[in-house]
Amino acid sequence: MTQFWEFPGGIHPAENKQQSTQRPIRRAGLPGQLVIPLQQHIGQPSQALVKVGDRVQKGDKLAEVSSGLGVPVHAPTSGFVEAISLQPVPHPSGMQDWCITLRPDGEDEWKHRHPIADYRSLERDQVLGVIREAGISGLGGAGFPTNVKLRPPRDRKVSTLILNGAECEPYITADDMTMREKAAEVVAGMKVMAWLLRPERCVIAIEDNKPEAIDAINTAIQGTQIELAVIPTKYPSGGEKQLIHILTGMEVPSGGIPADIGVMCQNIGTAVAVAQAVFEDKPLISRVVTITGNGVTEPGNFEALIGTPMSFLLEQAGLDTNRTNRLVLGGPMMGYTLTSTAVPVVKTSNCVIAATDTELPAPPPEQPCIRCGECALACPMELLPQQLFWHAKAGEFEKAEHLNLFDCIECGACSYVCPSSIPLVQYYRHAKDEIRVQRAEQEKADRARERFEARQERLEREKQEKEQRRKERAKAAAATQARKKAEAEQAVPAKSADNDERAAKAALVQQALARKKAKTEASNSSNTGDTPAAEPEPDIDALEKQLAQAQAKLRNMEGMLNEARAKEADNVDKLERAVAKNHDRVKRAEEALTEVRQRIARQTESHSTD
Amino acid sequence: MSFVQQSSPHARQARSTSQVMLWVIIATLPGLLALTLFFGWGNLINVIWCVAVALASEAAILRLRNKPVMFFLRDNTAALTGLLLGLSLPQFTPWWVSATAVISAIVVAKQLYGGLGSNPFNPAMVGYALVLISFPVAMTTNWAQPAMLWDGAPGFAETLAAIASGQQTVIDGWTMATPLDEYKHKISSFTSSEVLEHPAFGDGIALGWEWVNAAFLAGGLVLIALRVITWHIPVSFLAAMAFMSLAFGSNADEYAPLPLHLLAGATMFGAFFIATDPVSAATSHQGKLIYGAGIGVLVYIIRTWGNYPDAVAFSVLLMNFAVPFIDHYTPPRTYGHHKPRRGVPSKGRG
Repeated sequence: MTQFWEFPGGIHPAENKQQSTQRPIRRAGLPGQLVIPLQQHIGQPSQALVKVGDRVQKGDKLAEVSSGLGVPVHAPTSGFVEAISLQPVPHPSGMQDWCITLRPDGEDEWKHRHPIADYRSLERDQVLGVIREAGISGLGGAGFPTNVKLRPPRDRKVSTLILNGAECEPYITADDMTMREKAAEVVAGMKVMAWLLRPERCVIAIEDNKPEAIDAINTAIQGTQIELAVIPTKYPSGGEKQLIHILTGMEVPSGGIPADIGVMCQNIGTAVAVAQAVFEDKPLISRVVTITGNGVTEPGNFEALIGTPMSFLLEQAGLDTNRTNRLVLGGPMMGYTLTSTAVPVVKTSNCVIAATDTELPAPPPEQPCIRCGECALACPMELLPQQLFWHAKAGEFEKAEHLNLFDCIECGACSYVCPSSIPLVQYYRHAKDEIRVQRAEQEKADRARERFEARQERLEREKQEKEQRRKERAKAAAATQARKKAEAEQAVPAKSADNDERAAKAALVQQALARKKAKTEASNSSNTGDTPAAEPEPDIDALEKQLAQAQAKLRNMEGMLNEARAKEADNVDKLERAVAKNHDRVKRAEEALTEVRQRIARQTESHSTD
Repeated sequence: MSFVQQSSPHARQARSTSQVMLWVIIATLPGLLALTLFFGWGNLINVIWCVAVALASEAAILRLRNKPVMFFLRDNTAALTGLLLGLSLPQFTPWWVSATAVISAIVVAKQLYGGLGSNPFNPAMVGYALVLISFPVAMTTNWAQPAMLWDGAPGFAETLAAIASGQQTVIDGWTMATPLDEYKHKISSFTSSEVLEHPAFGDGIALGWEWVNAAFLAGGLVLIALRVITWHIPVSFLAAMAFMSLAFGSNADEYAPLPLHLLAGATMFGAFFIATDPVSAATSHQGKLIYGAGIGVLVYIIRTWGNYPDAVAFSVLLMNFAVPFIDHYTPPRTYGHHKPRRGVPSKGRG
């Protein structure tokens, strides 16, 4: 029997999975238009290969990544390219991104396909190429290009391949239904991955609250060496790091990847996509999406083409807009809210919850932290959430970072259990963002300083070279003068030897004087050159620091103001005054900085021109 | 159509701070019942009076501080502070002494430090220590003698009159020293068996007190079962105290024996209800173990070699001082790290 290791923390939220498992996966069908974002994966956005008005066939490549990390995007059906424009895409910020709008012609006509009968007869690189060409990126959430993941660094041997069917988030059943209905494809996809990686152990992990999926997979793996691990239901056991811990007892080093300890996790949907790419030459043009929540009358799972508007799916599930209070993309623990139903299904969309107010109620007002430690008990990463919260709230980001803030996986378990209903995860996200911004600014400042220092060095060098030349000239001039004098003296006849000697001495003295003069001049000019140039440097640093501080404060104040406005708090006008004051401060700091910079520029200029 | 915008997680568990506090309040009820049964109406009257004063002073200071009064009163923390004081003060404490304790707990120890969650010291114990030092006579001579409520304890009206009159209780038939105090002072001149003849000890370990401690223990176990508190602080507290007692006081003719330490004073109440106050206790599991053990050691030291009889209050307050230090050096090891990062972050990088 397989041994399991229990990870610390974790919670047991209400599962809410039965609503969407009542019906089999439904085909969503063809919507009026498909909006296909050019970037659906981590890495570089892909560039469109088609023009407006082009006709494409199902499975044709619409866009490709020419350099860098990324995978192509394909036409989910045959039709005409209607537009290449900025459209709303699924993103927590509600942002817009470049998308290809495809108007289906209803024929659903496939491109010419070349299925591979026996992938084992090919080179591994060729199969990886097939997977890349099929546009497969992880279907679990992050969307990392699968072919890259399947090619771990040479020095990292993957000894355990895990197929993650835990699906620990409440509500989501896309993987569950996929395993029930496409168990054979899941196993086939895993076999391809296993052939590529040659691991010693292949595991499909499923939480024990999915008996049907367990049965289906159990049947499908008969006769293979794939192992089925039925793990206890606990959130977030489907988190990559947690799942690895459960199955192997090992921990992914902080800042590392699973391959560092010889493990790789792949999603159930990804396995199906790999199987379809290899055996049917079918690129990733559709996926299973769970539409659920009390805001829809017929919750369930849909096989939807990539680019299908969410509204099209929600309509088929019987969306009641009057009852629906919140639209969550993803699960209730880690998903984000959508501003509208206009966004399309992308490769990473696994679930939409149309929740009513009673189902996922707004959190009660935040109370002070009483340090009860519930969050620390729930944290699967063994962080100190409450300490992180204190530091994040106080703006002590360094201390938060020191307490391993960046190891937080933002699973939300701490917020879930917090009796004071403090939005802990939001504080961590904010702190992480702040630290990232600070780092970027620090880098920028470092680069600016380096540039400044290099320039100073160059100017100094040029000045010295000039001085050197001047000295040589002066020396030469003195020498000529002395020679001339000597000649003139020689020209005066009948001078005594004494006189001669005296003249020679005088010439020497004169030369020495000239040398000395040149030297003092040189040292003077280098002195006057050095001191002011050296002095303003710390000045600039200080001013830059001041400016950065003032800017940070201004940002902070603005953030607080926005928040206060959103909450209609009574300190809005106070904050407004504070923001205005900080605006002034930033301006003053900027002015001071430019002034000093200009002064330096003038000084160096005047030195270099004299 | 517009939808609510919100950050994850979207689901949350139902238990709020006020519910947590309510559970603690409920868990003290067996102890309160036992106190009432064995020592008369005193504690019950104290509790009601203290809770009333606590709510009133909390409301007043919240108003002064311009904070939403009902929002904070509903979190049940002020009521809990009052309740804990009512349970720990002597049964016949004059009303103004208990009021002083409660007001200094709520106003000074809690609200002047920033209110709920910001107090570095356990408010109830600050109030207790304050009146103990300020009114030592009132605080040491008003302990009821163990007498069943139905058999010999002063009646409700009599008790109320004693508390309300504010007079020092001088009726010897009602009051006496607590068993631990008695033992400590007598053992230097008598043998263990002679000391134990005092009526405070009864036939068992300490008449009445053993039941009170058992009741608080039961309430505390309920809190652990409900995951309101963790086992770390109570267990390390009791274990450290037991260790000290066995190591230094195994001779019953010299020092109070272990059962007396465990069951004759405020031990169980302190271990499960006072030391576990989350706001002023250590955070991590390791930190809680150190914190609890520190209290256990200090309780034994103060009880055995100290002059004041009320060791729990002082021990808890002393360990409250140490909490920031303990927290600093007991971070847990995070997943994927070899060892925890201890100490202060380096200021190296700008």
